[in-house]
Amino acid sequence: MNLLANLRHLRLSHVLFTVLVTAILLYLIIPVLIVVPMSFSEARFLQFPPKQWSFHWYEAFFNSVEWMSAARVSLITAFFTMAISLPIGMAAAYAINNSTLKVVRTLQIVLLLPMMVPIILIAAGVFFVYARVGLISTLTGLVLAHIMLALPYVIIALLAGLRNFDMSQEMVARSLGMNRFRAFMAVTLPQIKPSVVSATLFAFITSLDETVVALFISGGDNQTLTKRMFTALRDEIDPTIAAISSILILASLVLVVIAGRNKQG
Amino acid sequence: MSNAYLAKSLPDSSDHRPPPLANETALVREERKEHASMLLLLAPALVMVVVLLILPLCWLAFQSVQTEDGFSLANYLRIFNESIYWDTFALTFKISFLVTILSIVMGFPIAYAASRLHGFWANLVLICVILPFWTSVLVRSYAWLVLLQRRGLVNQTLMDLGIIDQPLNLMHNTTGTVIGTLHVMLPFMVLPLYAVMKKIPQDLMQASESLGAKPFYTFRRVFLPMAAPGVMAGSILVFVICLGFFITPELLGGGRTILVSMLVQRNVELYHAWGAASAVGLVLLFVVFLIFWGINRFIPIERILGAR
Repeated sequence: MNLLANLRHLRLSHVLFTVLVTAILLYLIIPVLIVVPMSFSEARFLQFPPKQWSFHWYEAFFNSVEWMSAARVSLITAFFTMAISLPIGMAAAYAINNSTLKVVRTLQIVLLLPMMVPIILIAAGVFFVYARVGLISTLTGLVLAHIMLALPYVIIALLAGLRNFDMSQEMVARSLGMNRFRAFMAVTLPQIKPSVVSATLFAFITSLDETVVALFISGGDNQTLTKRMFTALRDEIDPTIAAISSILILASLVLVVIAGRNKQG
Repeated sequence: MSNAYLAKSLPDSSDHRPPPLANETALVREERKEHASMLLLLAPALVMVVVLLILPLCWLAFQSVQTEDGFSLANYLRIFNESIYWDTFALTFKISFLVTILSIVMGFPIAYAASRLHGFWANLVLICVILPFWTSVLVRSYAWLVLLQRRGLVNQTLMDLGIIDQPLNLMHNTTGTVIGTLHVMLPFMVLPLYAVMKKIPQDLMQASESLGAKPFYTFRRVFLPMAAPGVMAGSILVFVICLGFFITPELLGGGRTILVSMLVQRNVELYHAWGAASAVGLVLLFVVFLIFWGINRFIPIERILGAR
């Protein structure tokens, strides 16, 4: 309860405030933490705390062809989404940052649309188009849709870096004879590295996390982990999900640490 | 930013200007080339968004007014005439509003604590916000399914404490939807609020107090007005995301609390009723755009979205 002990006087209002803040923080963090011990439970029925401990659900996950295939599809999709959205987003962010054209501000809003349009509507629209061009249940279709969804996050992250960078440095390199691309790669890129790292993380996580569009357009052998988890949660709660969730929580913890380091570095 | 410089150094185009000098034409040509190359750099991203988002939306708009007998607004009229549709919209707004209010009430103290604490304690508060934020929404919905079930931890704790005799129905209803949705939305409120509060100088509060203001008066007249843009940005973000939220309400509502997003999904996947799905979705989109357009005058959209 000494959360706010560094405040000058510990008055009653401070105590009440501390209790309130602690309660809200518990509400936020308990659902994330509770999944981990549950994943080591032996029981088929969800209970907390578990009566017996085992790796049963981890074995179930790693031995299941379906879950493994879904995990592979998700990772491959996330990787390609990241690899393609990064250069596309970088080109766009560079243009937004450097252009003096008025129309660019409007175009910037257009590029942010995937964040503004309700995801369910995006999913319905993409499904409608894919059904006509035969991209339903394909990796290509999934990657393309995820690139579109990841672009705003990539662009926002990169713009944050570019806005704090003094572009005249790149001009100097160009005036000394480098072409623009080489000047960008040699001078600008190394200096906006933290924002590139966060853009990469955003692209990867956006794809890995994306559920609604995948629900509509992925299927057959190309189902994503999120689609399989969603269906499993809706139909009958399979404790294997506790194991998968724990792995995903570990992954987010790693990402938070990377992001934290990245900010300081 | 040599371009801005070039553009400014060029004389205004007017009728009685002398014939352009050779290097002036070269400069103009250079500027055009620069504009063209910038637009070229934007092109790949724009193509992605136009082909995979804007064209499909136009297609849906076309579907929504198209019936077997040609043009018709029947799909839109249904939203106002059929109570299922109207009630769903009303419920979606009610839940979104409730979640927004709750996330202000709960997010404000958290952001305040994080912005006023230092070192370990500030990091602890932020981690409790950021770790859930980065954790998959599916994982969190799963956790709430476990916590809120009849024999779940929440019911058990409440019964052990003697607060209730019978387990409460906490999920597969609106209560579950609100609890789960709020958990997803709270970080979207706390993070922009924290960013704003962190920038409020402590000196101002001290100045106010040294001039004789009571702490609450200082809070209300100095701190609150400066934190207001953060509250506004967070609220807009939360409200708009709530309006179209699907995953958590679907899982925790258990098919009993139907929101607009589910109406779209069911019309597409179960009934293949593209007209109805499109109309419902586009009304939702219209509302979202209206909100963004309205707020854009006070806070630029990019700022709100960049809060993530």
